Amino acid sequence: MASRTGISRRAVVSGGVGLAAAAGIARFNIVRAQSGPLKVGVILPRSGVQAFIGQSCQRGADIAPEVLKELGFKVQVALMNADTETNVDVARSRAERLINEGAHVIVGAFDSGQTLGIAQVTEQKGVPFVVNIAAAPQVTEQGYKTVFRIFPTSGDLIRNGLAGFKDVFAATGKTPKTAVFLHINDTFGQANKAAIDKLFPGADMPFKIVETIAYDPAARDLSVEIAKAKATGAELAMVVTRLNDAILMIREMIKQRWEPMGIMSPGSPGMYEEQFFATLGKYSEYPISVVPWYNPKTELSRIVEAAFKRKFPNDRLVGHALNVGFTFEAILVAADAAQRAGSTRPEALIEALRKTNIEKRMMIGGPIVFDEKGQNKNVQSAVLQNRDGGPKVVLPKEAAETAPVFPMPPWSQRG
Amino acid sequence: MRARVLLSLLAVALVAAPFVVSGYLVSVLIVALYFAYVGQAWNIMMGFAGQLSLGHALYVGLGAYTAAALFVQSGVPPWLGLIAAIIVAMAFAAAIGFLAFRFGISGVYFALLTIAFAEFTRIGFDHFGWVGASAGLFLPVSQRSGSDLLALRGTPTMFYYVILALAAGAFALSRWLLTSRIGFYWMAIREDQDAAQALGIDTFRYKLAAVVVSAAMTSIAGVFFAFYYNNLFPEQIFSIGRSIEIILGPIIGGLGTLFGPVLGAFVLQLLAEALREGVSALGLEIPGLTQVFYGVCLLVVVMFLPNGVWPPIARRLRL
Amino acid sequence: MLIGHPPRPAIAMTFDLVLNVAAAGILTGLVYGLMALGLSVIFGVTRIVNFAHGEMMTAAMYGAVLLFATVKLDPLLAAIPIGAALAVFGYALQSAVINPFIDRPEHSQFMLMVAVAIVLVNGLLMIFGPNAQNVMVGYAFDSYQLGPLLIDATRAYAGAAALLVAGLLFAFFRFARLGKAIRACADNQFGAAVVGLPVKRLYALTFALGSACLGVAGCLLVLMIDVSPPLGPAMTLLAFVIVIVGGLGSMTGALVGGVLIGLSEALAGLVVPPSAKSMVSFAILILVLLFRPQGLVGRRA
Repeated sequence: MASRTGISRRAVVSGGVGLAAAAGIARFNIVRAQSGPLKVGVILPRSGVQAFIGQSCQRGADIAPEVLKELGFKVQVALMNADTETNVDVARSRAERLINEGAHVIVGAFDSGQTLGIAQVTEQKGVPFVVNIAAAPQVTEQGYKTVFRIFPTSGDLIRNGLAGFKDVFAATGKTPKTAVFLHINDTFGQANKAAIDKLFPGADMPFKIVETIAYDPAARDLSVEIAKAKATGAELAMVVTRLNDAILMIREMIKQRWEPMGIMSPGSPGMYEEQFFATLGKYSEYPISVVPWYNPKTELSRIVEAAFKRKFPNDRLVGHALNVGFTFEAILVAADAAQRAGSTRPEALIEALRKTNIEKRMMIGGPIVFDEKGQNKNVQSAVLQNRDGGPKVVLPKEAAETAPVFPMPPWSQRG
Repeated sequence: MRARVLLSLLAVALVAAPFVVSGYLVSVLIVALYFAYVGQAWNIMMGFAGQLSLGHALYVGLGAYTAAALFVQSGVPPWLGLIAAIIVAMAFAAAIGFLAFRFGISGVYFALLTIAFAEFTRIGFDHFGWVGASAGLFLPVSQRSGSDLLALRGTPTMFYYVILALAAGAFALSRWLLTSRIGFYWMAIREDQDAAQALGIDTFRYKLAAVVVSAAMTSIAGVFFAFYYNNLFPEQIFSIGRSIEIILGPIIGGLGTLFGPVLGAFVLQLLAEALREGVSALGLEIPGLTQVFYGVCLLVVVMFLPNGVWPPIARRLRL
Repeated sequence: MLIGHPPRPAIAMTFDLVLNVAAAGILTGLVYGLMALGLSVIFGVTRIVNFAHGEMMTAAMYGAVLLFATVKLDPLLAAIPIGAALAVFGYALQSAVINPFIDRPEHSQFMLMVAVAIVLVNGLLMIFGPNAQNVMVGYAFDSYQLGPLLIDATRAYAGAAALLVAGLLFAFFRFARLGKAIRACADNQFGAAVVGLPVKRLYALTFALGSACLGVAGCLLVLMIDVSPPLGPAMTLLAFVIVIVGGLGSMTGALVGGVLIGLSEALAGLVVPPSAKSMVSFAILILVLLFRPQGLVGRRA
């Protein structure tokens, strides 16, 4: 019962740190900013419940300076890394600390709740914040002037996700009539649930949602949740997960011998992560995730892939693609702004960020252009299915690596 | 006399602090004062009246959520929200105290009851849509240079003086309570409840009073917390870890004393800071290391100074 | 408290569903019960409330993970060496750290155990890191079908083993000489000292015994759930809920409480949103504290 004590005490302690120093440091920055590298504060949940994904994102940051040099950027990028410990309080205090120590721009934070906490700090201090991954609409709906997000909002994510579902049914000629919706009960999960509640009625979906089941992010096991889902007799499991819970969920499905036609996510992480494959082995096959994904064929993707191979020779980019892609692009956006602004002053960076227009991308979708709220206007999703030990693009057809399999083969018939 | 001189020196030092020390230290002091304040509030219930609460985060959370939700949802200014927060916390405290004392719950059982109510409320707030449920509640922020005390929006220096005033107020209130009739009743109950009852003290009533007063004071800290940090999650604010944080200060400092909660809060804050700085200066980036040291220090203090840090110092200073 | 979720068409509460969920809840509850048994035994004798209980069990779970990762030892077998290791740890902790606190006030004991818990949980964080870890035994995905009942293998083995160990403990206190001495000590510390029983040593032995229970419970639990450092505080809390509901200091109570809480959490998940199911446990705890503070099974002290 006391474990949090030390941690949160420390969090509270450091929580106040930056706030107090705000005025002095901001002045300091201006002096220091005229020359020298662009200091990018990268804040990610590298430990705690989201550790695997946070570390996966971190790789996108780790390769960034080198790749940017290769791309001919004259701005030098220096990374300042911080860990949120998967805790909003810590995230906020780390943001304050980084800005205190001279970060010109903040990048992060994968999780919606943590991202919102950081955004409050950057807004108070007037330091730009480029969001790599975080879907909750509030991030760009609060009128913040410092926040720029390249990742889609929950609304976009779900809209694309549901469209992707329909494409899968059309391509395979099989359509479920009922679905049960399982979602994690945190900031991200609630945002996606709200988006589904709003968009589903008008989306003309072929199936109906017979039950919605919310589970605790700290759930130790999901046996009741899955028993309940199984009892609905729904043909499709529609899920909004993180990583650990996605693994728990699959394990429980196997034990309870629940064989839905498919397990499909309209835009959540978890099932395409490297750790998912490593933990579940043959049982990791066939779930479908409709998510923003990278296009392996673009020039930038090739450069990133090569850099990734050099830095992490034992790993493959595809197991980290979304995390690495968006984190790298976030730093690219920051560097691009600094280059155009010819300065690392926060105000100049923000001004330049508003005029961002990056066409050469790694992720699928049009050029990165921010609307007046700081939201990237061009976002797109691809349909991924877990096949042969990795996520494969199965739709849209022109980008497909293989054809979708739906319904998925039963658990008992896995090799 | 000695005590008075000491107190004046302390007061001068604290009032002058923001002009002297760096911004960094001011923020550390804000946290220390925050814990001194809630520690003082908790001390009324445990240190004075002998009722062990391990769920005081409940009142911090209720205060924070009441004022913040009223502000975000209906634009109610924080000082009005503060009144609502106090009322809500007092109502909860009265209900819990009434049930507990009516049914004769005491000791460890009472402590566990307070945990149970805090946890119950935490999960409830996780599903309470109006305050954002588990998705969190966010107060609007913007870059500003000036301070607006009425709206409780402003610079850290403003928040420093707010929490300093609160801590000083809590100290004065505690001092007054200790020397008043109710304080004597409380201490009689703490030492021997049956004897107190035999003397004709309405133990039910005065125990209830202790719980309600303590809760009301704690909820004010919650309002401060909400407007200083600007975001609230049930998972964090109601957590049992937070409850334990609150009680560390007074117990380490010296239970039932006036200076104990203040001293304990500062000692623990500075210890945590020093450990963090020390560990990072050594270049050791091992998660958990700082907290292990912290735990060991706690262990040593509890083992060798059973009555806290303050009593031996007080003896030395002949206070 | 308002529940923010809009009402949804309830799923059909078929007999099968309730039966399966209840069976899983009971089996999990048996393991919870064994964990709580350790807490209850320690309190019953020494009157020390072990606030580092869950943290100690988490350490045992990591031990099982380690033994499985290195020498492929099944957690069911690892329970023996790990139970022994925890017993040694418990004995040492009681004799070296806790003994001077026996006559100190409750809040002082509480602080001591909180400090121990902080050191333990963060020590685990340092050694094993923050990520969830588990053991993938060969039967991890197996389940048995008995008519309408579908029980997963890990849960069945863990539940059965918990029952067995609890039975052994009961027998020990009932028949063994040492067990009887400890009980005498629990009933009347002063009297026990008068007739020449080495009270302090018996206390340490009790702590060792309770910790051994915990070690075994940890090994069984790791079959069912993943372990990470934050599990410690959560489990401490759970153990408290169980022993209070069953009756603090009562051995049967701990087991009954474990099953009851396991069952109620499982069944509650069917009625309320599963993310809110722990609320039911705390509600039960509050009701028991108010109306039957000695617990469902315990006698009033």
